[in-house]
Amino acid sequence: MNQLAAPNPPKSRPPRRRRAEKRATSLFANGEPMVWLTGGALAIATVMIAVLLGLVLFEGLPTFWPGPIVEVELADGRRLAGELAAEERFVLEPKALADLPEARRAQAEREIETEGGVRRRMLRTGNYELTGTHFEWANDSDIVGESKPEWMLVVERLDDGRFYGVPRAVTVDGVRTEGDPATVWDLASAQHDEVRERWERGRTLKNETIGAIHARIEGARLRAREIELENGVDSPQAAEARAAADAIATAAESEFREVQAEINKLQERNKGYSVELETASGARRMITLEEIVRAFAPNRLSLTERLGVYVSRASEFLLDAPRQANSEGGVYPAIFGTVLMTLIMALLVVPFGVLAALYLREYARPGPIVSAVRIAINNLAGVPSIVFGVFGLGFFCYIVGAGVDEALFAAKLPTPTYGKGGLLWASLTLALLTLPVVIVPTEEALASVPGSMREGSYACGATKWQTIWRIVLPRAMPGIMTGMILALARGAGEVAPLMLVGAVKFAPDLPLDGAAPFLHPERSFMHLGFHIYDIGFQSQNSEAAKPMVFTTTLLLIALVVLLNVLAIWIRARLRRRFQGNTL
Amino acid sequence: MTEIARKPTLAQYELTPQPRKSASPPSMNGAPSISGRVFQAIAANEPFTAEVHAGLANEEHVLEIERFDLWYGASRALHSITMPVPKGKVTALIGPSGCGKSTLLRSVNRMNDLIDSVRIEGEMRLSGDSIYAPGQDVIELRKRIGMVFQKPNPFPMSIFENVVYSLRIDGERDKRVLAEVCEASLRGASLWDEVKDRLNDSALRLSGGQQQRLCIARAIAAEPEVLLLDEPCSALDPIATARIEDLIDELKGSYSILMVTHNMQQASRTSDFTAFMYLGRLVEYGPTGDIFLQPHLKETEDYISGRFG
Repeated sequence: MNQLAAPNPPKSRPPRRRRAEKRATSLFANGEPMVWLTGGALAIATVMIAVLLGLVLFEGLPTFWPGPIVEVELADGRRLAGELAAEERFVLEPKALADLPEARRAQAEREIETEGGVRRRMLRTGNYELTGTHFEWANDSDIVGESKPEWMLVVERLDDGRFYGVPRAVTVDGVRTEGDPATVWDLASAQHDEVRERWERGRTLKNETIGAIHARIEGARLRAREIELENGVDSPQAAEARAAADAIATAAESEFREVQAEINKLQERNKGYSVELETASGARRMITLEEIVRAFAPNRLSLTERLGVYVSRASEFLLDAPRQANSEGGVYPAIFGTVLMTLIMALLVVPFGVLAALYLREYARPGPIVSAVRIAINNLAGVPSIVFGVFGLGFFCYIVGAGVDEALFAAKLPTPTYGKGGLLWASLTLALLTLPVVIVPTEEALASVPGSMREGSYACGATKWQTIWRIVLPRAMPGIMTGMILALARGAGEVAPLMLVGAVKFAPDLPLDGAAPFLHPERSFMHLGFHIYDIGFQSQNSEAAKPMVFTTTLLLIALVVLLNVLAIWIRARLRRRFQGNTL
Repeated sequence: MTEIARKPTLAQYELTPQPRKSASPPSMNGAPSISGRVFQAIAANEPFTAEVHAGLANEEHVLEIERFDLWYGASRALHSITMPVPKGKVTALIGPSGCGKSTLLRSVNRMNDLIDSVRIEGEMRLSGDSIYAPGQDVIELRKRIGMVFQKPNPFPMSIFENVVYSLRIDGERDKRVLAEVCEASLRGASLWDEVKDRLNDSALRLSGGQQQRLCIARAIAAEPEVLLLDEPCSALDPIATARIEDLIDELKGSYSILMVTHNMQQASRTSDFTAFMYLGRLVEYGPTGDIFLQPHLKETEDYISGRFG
């Protein structure tokens, strides 16, 4: 009772902390807008990637689809036939509108009113040697008649692009037959495979047999030149070698004449097979069957036949060499070059980067020098890739390559062997470019190996290297693979440095072939990225090349994805093996 | 008012002697005060002789530690430890956290070499060979000493490869020898029946207790002269702990075991000898029964009975 009555002694509790004036109940503190902000950022990024892929797919996939052929008769009497390539609406100039005859003017005015413009279509008319153009615009307001001619053929040729015409006559083995398109075309088609086979044989003879003969003559000449360099031009050995080279050259010469005669015979025989086509404008032209790669009448094709043409064109794209200054044909050499270069690059950069990362993480004593080296490596990743190209050209091609040429290929000089851009130098340049991409994740992976594992290994009496080799590296392998995946993606897509160190518009020989030593690291090569640039910006027939740009881009993306998926699959396997079931 | 009320508490803490700057045992902060003559002497850094029971002199010793000092940089972690470890017996090291038990254990197989700032003085001998002699090959030395760590640390490889790791690094390739050693070691660690059908599975998929027994199997595969166990059960549940303790009992006799533990019951159940350490010094060392039932020093009794620490 007494306690209740007594006044409470003041308690020595610290005063309550005063709470903030503006309590954090704003929207910002609540976090709701941040969810929208972060989610929105992700959504925009995803949409952009989807749009990119969608555009490439949308533009790239229909390239090989055979569209119908439209024949139009214009008011000025010209007749055009071709595949529809593009379509747009435009507003006619008042003067042009006024010049139109009454009926068509009313129609055009109505269209401008309702649709916003008169339609005009771009037709791929081909027949370049006759018209001097591959494409023509046709305004709807100028068209007086339109049809889909059943027997109008699309002829894809070795030279001069496509030809559009109706078959009128066929020459088989020198015998000319005229008739209706169906008979003529049946006769021609029956001969086509055989003619193409002869042409193929001729091409093989020309490229391989004659190539081998030339290589033999060149080899003998080089040997003689080597002996000359060794013993002096006037020495008896040199004279002897020259005589031997001459003998080989003479022998080869007769062989060469034989092969050439065979080629001539094949060509002569093929000359007897041709087909005469009549264009929309009525002009006639003979086309030998030999130069026809593929020909068909699109307006007669069923869906499956169209699909067949699509597959045939797509497989040509993937498996054949380009023609027509890269705007037609395939990109096989470029696929080959890209994959080979990327693989050689990975082979060079992964071991090198892993070794460097090992030293940096496991052996080097941490200190300012190691930090400086690490910063330098990280900064290397930010150097513009063209700088690496310049370095590759200046160092690998002109210094190292020239040195190699002088030491090993002196006989060939002044023609450079390694002293120019080539597969090896391109791979090395890209290896250098992707080095930081490998080192950084590898170092992180090494650092993330638990110390307890290392200690356990040391306690078993393992040396440092045994510990690294048996414990640290296997455990870090998925991380190293991550570095490799990044390097592959970066390397396969890089173009700028390659222009300087070995990628070319057209390489006649693959860098890997049947002639010893099989891999030719000194050869220039084709690359998909460079190919895209080339057909997109260096092509004369840019309108025809445009779909190819997208298709090739699609292929490059697919290739990079494929390489990545492969690497990711390997990484997942390694992870399961070395890190338990945690993924 | 409030400030005055607070200050005495702060002052109280400040007055508490801080014998070492870095490795002040956290458990000490909560202790009411430091009791006893010996602890005061240690805290004041006065010279002091460990109480070693006479019973130890009759044993054959596999490991002899003599006047062993260790510094981490400038701070001293071990003060003149002299301690013989009997052969074929289990010796437990007990003491509050930070007293240097693990440091002493890791000094035996020179794991402290991995830390740059460590400096030692004194002598350790393994079966008569000086561990810290200038010409001593550390790698060879570690092969004679097995070690099991606080947290199970199986290697990222198969169970089989884990067990035969020490043979692999010696370059043993005979499959028969490897298989024999693997089976014998896994049986020795009483893990064989559980894993014999999946020797090629990743060791990382085993449970924690199995992983620790695998680590013991790995350690005994090299047939070590001494087995060092650094709190082998602290990361395990009671059932796994019981199995490891049974295992230690089974290994007794064939192996000389030096074990760090925080668990008094474990020390009393499994060990033949017990050493009590405090602040880097050996305080009392003798047969486990004597240490637990009739310790010579009051401080030991206090620690064991939980009155301190």
